[in-house]
Amino acid sequence: MNAIAHSPHAHAPVTINKVMGTVMLALTPATLFGFWLYGWPAINIWAISLLAALLGEAFVLRLQQRAIRPVLLDGSGILTAWLLALSLPPWAPWWIAVLGSLFAVILAKQLYGGLGQNPFNPAMAARVMLLISFPMEMTTWVAPAPPGSVHAPGWLDGLAVTFAAFQVDGMASASLLGHVKTEFTRGIELQQALSGFYAPLDALWGNRAGSLGETAALFLLAGGLFLIAKRIITWHAPVAMLLGVLIPALIFSAVNPAHYAGPLYHLLSGGLMLGAFFIITDPVTSPNTASGQFIFGLGCGLLTWIIRTWGGYPEGVAFAVLLMNAATPVIDHYVKPRIYGRNRKGVSLSIEPVKKES
Amino acid sequence: MKLFTLRGGVHPEGRKALSADMPIRSVPLPARLFVPLQQHIGAPATPVVSVGDHVLKGQLIASAQGAVSSAIHAPTSGRVVALGDYIAPHASGLPVPTITLDSDGENRWVATQTLDDPFELSMEEIAARVGAAGIVGLGGATFPAALKLNLSRNSGVKTLIINGGECEPYLTCDDRLMRERAVQIVEGIRLIAYAVAAKEVLVGIEDNKPEAIKAMQEAVRGSEVRVVVMPSMYPMGSEKQIIQVLTGNEIPAGGRPADIGMLVHNVATAYAVQQAIRYGRPLLSRIVTVSGGAISKPCNLEVLVGTPVQELIEFAGGYALPVARLVLGGPMMGQQISHARVPVVKGTSGVLALTAAETGQTLPSPCIRCSTCVRACPVGLLPLEMAAHIRATDLSAAVALGLKDCIACGSCSYVCPAHIPLVHYFNFAKGELMEQERGKLKLAATKKLADERLERIQRIERERQEAAAKRKAAREARERNKAAAVDELSCLVRSLPLSDPLPLTGEEAIEALRGSQVNELAAKQAATQTITEAA
Amino acid sequence: MITAIASLTVLGTILGLILGVAARVFRVEGNPLVAELVDILPGSQCGQCGFPGCAGAAQALAEGSAPVTLCPPGGRAVAIALAAKLGVDADFSGVKESASLIAEIKEEICIGCTRCFKVCPTDAIMGAAQQIHAVFREACTACGKCEQVCPTESIRLQPVMVTLQSWRWNKPVAGEAI
Repeated sequence: MNAIAHSPHAHAPVTINKVMGTVMLALTPATLFGFWLYGWPAINIWAISLLAALLGEAFVLRLQQRAIRPVLLDGSGILTAWLLALSLPPWAPWWIAVLGSLFAVILAKQLYGGLGQNPFNPAMAARVMLLISFPMEMTTWVAPAPPGSVHAPGWLDGLAVTFAAFQVDGMASASLLGHVKTEFTRGIELQQALSGFYAPLDALWGNRAGSLGETAALFLLAGGLFLIAKRIITWHAPVAMLLGVLIPALIFSAVNPAHYAGPLYHLLSGGLMLGAFFIITDPVTSPNTASGQFIFGLGCGLLTWIIRTWGGYPEGVAFAVLLMNAATPVIDHYVKPRIYGRNRKGVSLSIEPVKKES
Repeated sequence: MKLFTLRGGVHPEGRKALSADMPIRSVPLPARLFVPLQQHIGAPATPVVSVGDHVLKGQLIASAQGAVSSAIHAPTSGRVVALGDYIAPHASGLPVPTITLDSDGENRWVATQTLDDPFELSMEEIAARVGAAGIVGLGGATFPAALKLNLSRNSGVKTLIINGGECEPYLTCDDRLMRERAVQIVEGIRLIAYAVAAKEVLVGIEDNKPEAIKAMQEAVRGSEVRVVVMPSMYPMGSEKQIIQVLTGNEIPAGGRPADIGMLVHNVATAYAVQQAIRYGRPLLSRIVTVSGGAISKPCNLEVLVGTPVQELIEFAGGYALPVARLVLGGPMMGQQISHARVPVVKGTSGVLALTAAETGQTLPSPCIRCSTCVRACPVGLLPLEMAAHIRATDLSAAVALGLKDCIACGSCSYVCPAHIPLVHYFNFAKGELMEQERGKLKLAATKKLADERLERIQRIERERQEAAAKRKAAREARERNKAAAVDELSCLVRSLPLSDPLPLTGEEAIEALRGSQVNELAAKQAATQTITEAA
Repeated sequence: MITAIASLTVLGTILGLILGVAARVFRVEGNPLVAELVDILPGSQCGQCGFPGCAGAAQALAEGSAPVTLCPPGGRAVAIALAAKLGVDADFSGVKESASLIAEIKEEICIGCTRCFKVCPTDAIMGAAQQIHAVFREACTACGKCEQVCPTESIRLQPVMVTLQSWRWNKPVAGEAI
């Protein structure tokens, strides 16, 4: 009987796949740059990641006897795999990408009930799983090898790197954070560790060792600003995360510059830019309100800085994000907008009757 | 004038250009009109005419039932042909008691009285005449205007706000009314202000209606009324929101504007008040915008209440494109109807024939918790959370999140990227809660009845037993007395000189005495019994 | 190693003793719950739940041997109230509203035998001998007792017709999970 539709009978011209598509568009410059920097193996790892995610999701949906096309086409699985690929070492073996993608879409997303039901960011959960299970492969970085440089592998060599664990001589290199942490364990102070290794201009342009997408800080910033302009994300979480890293970095490096790195170093190293604009703005696992997102971002930034500085791992973004994901329901419970006609506690505003002049 | 910011809200495409420049025209007199008895909030009106009666235009055909109700007048002269159920202009398509009127084509008015100076009337008299004219809120809420005036007069009005917002897309009826009949509207505004002794009078008009603003500013010149230009946004025309934007005050949750000294009326209602007070004409027509991508010639029509919607569509040139949805009202809060045979009523501000592209609907996807709905909500609720709870049938959690404060404006559903029918969830939940309340009340009432019945049965049983016990006691007493009397009698009998002095038992003696008809002794016996019983 | 075993054993013993003492000291006697449950139930003693009257149903509910959806005349309102009192979760989607059925008399076949109004627990039937009976709709709880005793089957439980006042929006059918 109810063929009658409920209002509204108009709609904003937006859909889920349009939102996902816009985010992927914002990621494209940084991704293409990563391909250029690291060559064919990077392209392979990215493609394998996406393919594995699609196949994994299709498999689970078939088991659940749910429609496959609408879910695959909504773009969320592809986006998760893309973000995961950007946080992997570009010359990682193929099975790292496959394992990571399958873990992300099957265990960290579909098993919780599909899109919108997972409490933890699937890409970060997969990255942490890979990091803890395969620390060797996940911390083997290479120096950039743009096309035309001596070490850049051709297409066939690229396939060999990805699928046959082919080693190219002289390519292995430590990432900035890894290098600094290792030097600390050797008792070498910060300035000495950085000299000859850290060139801020290079770091800005991404011309250094790192994961596929984390090195192009400027491109990522541009992509993030594009998303804010398009109203896909708001500024609160990214700005808060950057502040959460910058403020302790500023304070501690002013107090003890020998041991604590400055703010620019933190900004340009690791997955901070990627995390701030693309990871923590994942709507499913972050709080509902703007203030809540600010607190969330601040927490992520602080934890990232703490883990980087005092923790056992050189990079802290993934762990910080997972920890704050666990706090999201609590943030949502306590941070709610004030309802019209009520005060902050939810009690109805008091009535002040108008005094009548007789 | 300094305006306050409106939280949330959305900017749908206005689409007002389709009909904004079409002047108001009258629809030709329909042959048959269907006038529902419920066109307002409150109790339905009761008919005061019968089938076969001939009525004049403006004659009272149904009177208000109680304070929260409204009178209904004949929209044209003609004959009452039926008094029964007819399809209501409602999404459900259910019937509503309706008076069917066949027009005689003459459109003859009942005798009305024009006043030279309406302001000579007292405040109470104005409110009474507004009620007698059957005026209800023409912004769409259809609340009886006289009741609002009385309440406000008693509680005091700081600011009277006249709502010229018309924030819904497509609708241009208020816009045209302000452009063409500004003088009458302003007189109506001043009458309302006088009737409630308002200290301040503001007319809020959205900035997408520059000609209307100009016309109204001309008309209010020299009077106490001020025109305020508001930014155009949906839902700027909502009562709660317009009060917040123009005065910075908020209606307390669960309260009414009168609680904070505010009164809000639509411009069309002000016009109707002027017509009723100055010319004595009751409310029997209104301006309706007929628009939508599927309509050939969108226009603004002056329509008699009871006109079938089909006639409006035909007058607007019929359909140019296939219609995906036929909607009464605006696209954000209007109701879809399944066919055009329903009548126009006092609250019908628009008839929209929308194409599929205009409705922009697709199948819903899962919620990605993007909280675009939270940013859009003008009340500050969390639509995604409430809808998730309602889907799990946890209505109390939704209420705790503020479901009862939802004004059902549709902003959240409009922006949701997943096309989740959020407002549908909320209205479903509100309906469920109302059912549960009614169920609770009925349960309490029937429980009381069941208890009373049980108590009554027990009481009857008790009384029956008491009565039985009493009867038994009485019977035993009677037996004892009988025995005592008989003994005395036998003594008496023995002492009497009888012809046959045989030793008789008590009973035999009595029989013998009875047989010999010694009334004296029988009477003595009877006397003895009475004395014993009385003792 | 001995110390480890010994310390854990001592710890376990001490904690176990504490638990045992607490079970004695904080024991809850009796069950005032039953009276409160009886208050929630409709009280028409119709027996549709399968228990001897509302008191029997309350007893079973307190013991946990009956689901909170056991009372058809109570409908969803009662089921929700019971669930709230007992602190259990239940699926209410199968519970119809109590207002969905109501007794109606077909006046053509009513013979005025008075059997129905004598058994109605809420006095919802008006009538007298040899007079056609009528049902007070606001008082009828659809318990079904009248239907059982009517010799001509003129009084039946019928679904309540929806009116413009009682119509409600249905629950949206989700294409996917929300």
